[in-house]
Amino acid sequence: MSDDVVLDVRNLRTRFGPRLGGLVAVDGVSFALRRGRTTALVGESGSGKSATALSVLGLIDPPGEVVGGEVLYRGRDLRHADEREIRRVRGARIGIVFQDPLSSLNPALPIGSQIAETILAHEAIGRAEAMARAVRLLERVGVADAPRRAADYPHHFSGGMRQRVLIAAAIACRPEIIIADEPTTALDVTVQAKILRLLYDLQQEMAASMLLITHDLGVVAAMADDVLVMYAGQVVEQADVDTLFHQPRHPYTRALLACMMGVEDDRAVPLTPIAGSPPDLRDPPPGCRFAPRCPAAEAACSAWAPVALRLTDNHVIACRRATEALVDG
Amino acid sequence: MDATVRVVAAPPQRPRRGWRLAAFVRDRAAVAASVLLGLVVLASIAAPWLSAHGPYEADNLLRYAPPGTPGHLLGTDQQGRDEVARLLWGGRVSLMVGIVPTLCASAIGLALGMLAGMLSGFVDQVIMRTLDVLFAFPIVLFAIAFAGAMTPGIGTEILAITVVLIPYVGRLARTATLGVMAMPFIEAARAAGGSPLAIARRYVFPNVLSPIIVYATTLMGLMIVVGSGLSFLGLGVQPPTADWGAMVADGRVVLRRAPHVTIIPGIAILAVSLAFNFIGDGLRDALDPRTGRRAG
Repeated sequence: MSDDVVLDVRNLRTRFGPRLGGLVAVDGVSFALRRGRTTALVGESGSGKSATALSVLGLIDPPGEVVGGEVLYRGRDLRHADEREIRRVRGARIGIVFQDPLSSLNPALPIGSQIAETILAHEAIGRAEAMARAVRLLERVGVADAPRRAADYPHHFSGGMRQRVLIAAAIACRPEIIIADEPTTALDVTVQAKILRLLYDLQQEMAASMLLITHDLGVVAAMADDVLVMYAGQVVEQADVDTLFHQPRHPYTRALLACMMGVEDDRAVPLTPIAGSPPDLRDPPPGCRFAPRCPAAEAACSAWAPVALRLTDNHVIACRRATEALVDG
Repeated sequence: MDATVRVVAAPPQRPRRGWRLAAFVRDRAAVAASVLLGLVVLASIAAPWLSAHGPYEADNLLRYAPPGTPGHLLGTDQQGRDEVARLLWGGRVSLMVGIVPTLCASAIGLALGMLAGMLSGFVDQVIMRTLDVLFAFPIVLFAIAFAGAMTPGIGTEILAITVVLIPYVGRLARTATLGVMAMPFIEAARAAGGSPLAIARRYVFPNVLSPIIVYATTLMGLMIVVGSGLSFLGLGVQPPTADWGAMVADGRVVLRRAPHVTIIPGIAILAVSLAFNFIGDGLRDALDPRTGRRAG
């Protein structure tokens, strides 16, 4: 493990629901977050992206649980940390921005107090000082007239402003890692760009690592250094952003790219939806989970699960047909 | 909306709650009810100064005097006691029986309900099954049991009503807590490293409080009626102390000859319990932070 790896997740497995009759939402996910770099986690709804983030933070509610793997933060396995220890990491060392900016804010607490609450949970300072810092954070994330607005309640803010408030709370303790879980999904396109720009600037400013969870490949292209493509709880392809966009090897990644809407797209190819729908994780198909929808699938794909194959130093793929010419066609 | 940073030296202000009050003030029925209730409370407190007569001061020569009798604005009862004085002093008891048990039960029920809702599992089961047992007893049965075990009186009555109310408030608090715990902002608070105590205090409590306040206000009106009912049955305060329920009971036998003895305290019960209901409705609208205007 090199020195600039801040978070090293290895073979993470998380089950939702009871031991019997539950489903494995995260199945053997591994990745490393490096200092100052953005890693994107891409996939359809229900592919286990958010579950991965919650597992890292130890926030899987019973009866669900993280059943395997390691979450190494600075060499310490958070999976085996006690509640007090992991609470010191949450919000302080790892800040998270959730998807829904309205319901992620407490409607009964002024926003300044909410940010101050995060600071007070981690630092031994007075409430007045925490409030003053909350105001500075609000100014930093671009909330105009911050001293006055700090006393306003979440419903006084627009969606984009609420997301700025959530970001302010996430960076309140200068975390080393920012997890952004679909940070722009609930926002207008024009606001999306501003929020992404803000996240990018803050990350650069703090030299933090970012785990960016999204289903939007446009966001990935704009923000990410490394990309993990998830399907049905498993990582199917992992590469740096250039490789992924220009030399995608997994049929699912290719299908995702084919679904992407590009303005400057000079290919006269219409959008190609992926046929079928993701498998029911209660009863996942044997073999490759994408096989039932895969245009390149052969009989063996449905029989044996693919083994992750390291093509280059920074390109890993889980597809038994990856090396075959057919996939390139 | 862009990243213009204004440097302003003003300290952060207290939360602006003004518009919440404004929402309440817009509700005319609630305002009228508040004024009425305020007057009743003040009048009960000021009873010794407002009334020319004492509540137990009987004038046997002037029994069942109709309202308007000189010196007795609302007439007298079967012992010639002044109705105004009885009403004012009775109001003290009735208001106390309406308000005190509801406040006690709300505090206890809220604590138990939040505990059950937040801890779930075993603690939840123990608390809720215990409350279910209490829930099964009708209030009159409780009052009889308490009155039998202890000396009947206002303390016993307050205790009985408190015990009966706890499961009602507790259930509501638990349901509200479960609703709040399912909200994404609780997960966000946990992800920000909030301790369970901090989450209970700053995230769950303020969001559960509003429905409890509204419910408690309505219960106060109801408990005045219940307290009056217990007194009517002789299970509440004992003569010569009167509350409005006991006054209604006194007038029952002479309903035809001197209806005012029954009707006057009856109106007081009706008006005050309705007032509590209107205030509860007004509070429900005013306490929901989402009913305010959007500012931005």
